Amino acid sequence: MAQEKKGFSHDLIERNTLLLIVLVLITVSIGGLVQIVPLFTIESTIEKVEGVRPYSPLELAGQNIYFREGCYNCHSQQIRPFRDEVERYGHYSLAAESMYDHPFQWGSKRTGPDLARVGGKYSNDWQVAHLVNPRAVVPESIMPTYGWMKDRPLSYGDIADHLKTLRIVGVPYTDEQIANAKADLEAQKNPEGDTAALAKRYPKAVVANFTGNKTVTEMDALVAYLQVLGTMVDFTKYQSPKQLQQ
Amino acid sequence: MTSATLTSGATLGSQRVSEEVRYHEDAIRLFVIAAVFWGVVGFLAGTFIALELAFPALNLGLEWTSFGRLRPVHTSAVIFAFGGNVLLATSLYSVQRTSRQFLFGGEGLAKFIFWNYNIFIVLAALSYVLGYTQGKEYAEPEWILDLYLTVVWVLYAIQFIGTVMTRRESHIYVANWFFMAFILTVAILHLGNNVNVPVSLTGMKSYPFVSGVQSAMVQWWYGHNAVGFFLTAGFLGIMYYFVPKRAERPVYSYRLSIVHFWTLIFLYIWAGPHHLHYTSLPDWAQTLGMTFSVMLWMPSWGGMINGIMTLSGAWDKLRTDPVLRFLVTSVAFYGMSTFEGPLMSVKPVNALSHYTDWTVGHVHSGALGWVAFISFGAIYFLVPVLWKRSQLYSLRLVSYHFWTATIGIVLYITAMWVSGIMQGLMWRAYDNLGFLQYSFVETVAAMHPFYVIRAMGGVLFVAGALIMVYNLWRTAKGDVRIEKPYVTTPHKAAVGAA
Repeated sequence: MAQEKKGFSHDLIERNTLLLIVLVLITVSIGGLVQIVPLFTIESTIEKVEGVRPYSPLELAGQNIYFREGCYNCHSQQIRPFRDEVERYGHYSLAAESMYDHPFQWGSKRTGPDLARVGGKYSNDWQVAHLVNPRAVVPESIMPTYGWMKDRPLSYGDIADHLKTLRIVGVPYTDEQIANAKADLEAQKNPEGDTAALAKRYPKAVVANFTGNKTVTEMDALVAYLQVLGTMVDFTKYQSPKQLQQ
Repeated sequence: MTSATLTSGATLGSQRVSEEVRYHEDAIRLFVIAAVFWGVVGFLAGTFIALELAFPALNLGLEWTSFGRLRPVHTSAVIFAFGGNVLLATSLYSVQRTSRQFLFGGEGLAKFIFWNYNIFIVLAALSYVLGYTQGKEYAEPEWILDLYLTVVWVLYAIQFIGTVMTRRESHIYVANWFFMAFILTVAILHLGNNVNVPVSLTGMKSYPFVSGVQSAMVQWWYGHNAVGFFLTAGFLGIMYYFVPKRAERPVYSYRLSIVHFWTLIFLYIWAGPHHLHYTSLPDWAQTLGMTFSVMLWMPSWGGMINGIMTLSGAWDKLRTDPVLRFLVTSVAFYGMSTFEGPLMSVKPVNALSHYTDWTVGHVHSGALGWVAFISFGAIYFLVPVLWKRSQLYSLRLVSYHFWTATIGIVLYITAMWVSGIMQGLMWRAYDNLGFLQYSFVETVAAMHPFYVIRAMGGVLFVAGALIMVYNLWRTAKGDVRIEKPYVTTPHKAAVGAA
């Protein structure tokens, strides 16, 4: 390699390992800092909308099953502001709507459709039937079957610990919500019981015996999660785009 | 035989040192074996999940074999297991020779890194199959495995950088700039993207500190730079050692290597938001991501030009040396996918391509064409050297591997171009009455033939890799295949390579 020595010479860096390390660290840090730090400091990053609340214990358990099964590998939860997407899936997604998702589930691939607003789009029975065998209700579907999940009891003994952990990372669960986590989880599966307290703590939570099982199963939790997706914000209150400006 | 010997100063640098340098090679051999093993595993896993998309019955109705759990097994196996072992093998091999120094920390540390890195991979793959995941692409391992990997990575950094610091060459060779940028930046990315709070110290589950839009930005800062530094900077390090070595020509331009090194590592970090176009990420961040992605085209092609033009005066070797053909074709694929990437990062193009198979095809033109091909070239170079054989078992078999794999890649990426663009257009198609023309599932059904073609491409790629396994096995045994030699005498594969 030819070496030239007029004015600044790269030679210096090539002879000095520590200098090279320091310069590399500086060079690779700038972009990340510029793009990430302001997202925590600029207040308009997350829209001011009403209705977005932390997940109910059953919905949270369902989201953890959504993570576990890698649903995000094939389903996005992020509707882009295009005419076709808004017609197909509903109002474009807001940053506020995923602010309690640790981590985000926007996805990167739509092998299956977007799920950002799938909540309420289909009945509970349809969701269960579809998860058990997608091709029974959508013949062309290529989704895996999840029949094994229908009767498997949900493990939720530590659900309060999940809420506590999420509070550490910034989800505003109240002491009351944490204290009642287990009861709320069971209440959401039992439409015959007293659900007033649950509805107060978690407005719009869908209460149902999703699978018809006596015990709370993993599929109960997953369907409860799917049924709340995209339903928390009442968009009739935000008719002008200006109200949703970031 | 525990180490190669070299009367140092014979071929490298101007400072002549009379003492004998004994390079550490035992661990390198292990890394090469692991790389080949994980390569086959990763390609097989990819082909299997490709077939699951074409024929969903292959999900078997079992939780452990569903696409959602196996896809991370595939991505981790090819990126971190195959790619990682290739990077460890090549970097620890070449740093000794370019520094004229044995490994800092010695063979023992290298073997410790080998076993622990590979145990990490096995544990990670098992954890995905059993349902433990952080739910973030390419960063699935849960917190305890992340900590484990951190320890292994720090040891690797110490060994590599320690070797550079104790070098007996006055200058740090260009390949080592890239390897060092790769090692340091991957450490930053790994730490930055895995700040989690475990639910319990005895359980696997944890929640990351960041959520929603910040989580998305941090994840794609990590995700895109896993491509930029793990799969690009690291593999450019391989290019800068193995292409000149195999071609027996100096690097084309010293000045270009300086310019493209600094611009590449500076610009790459900014490109993450192009994975988040038109999402809830603020527009300013998207625009920055797009702008820097387009600029990134230039340093990427700087690297491609420097690699390919290194063959100046030695182009005839492409005809007679299929190993060099792998190396050079990989750089050509690198050029192609680093053109396609900036194109897809332009927002209106991304509006069509995002969420479709086009992205998958783009990734694979880089992963199969660039990363895997340069790895194959380096492995074919290394095995005769490390096992002290005068040549490979068969150069003809290398050529069969080359063509089988190349046809596989072409099938793969063309199928994904067609299916991706078709699906993107179908999603946005309107009929005469102003209604959406296709339901979502109609677009899924339309993908089927392309999913079959893509899986066939995968089968060919696996077949090529199996040819390589056979060839390397026979090479290690010391066999030489009786075959028609290439027109000039077969290239002296790395005899006395230093």
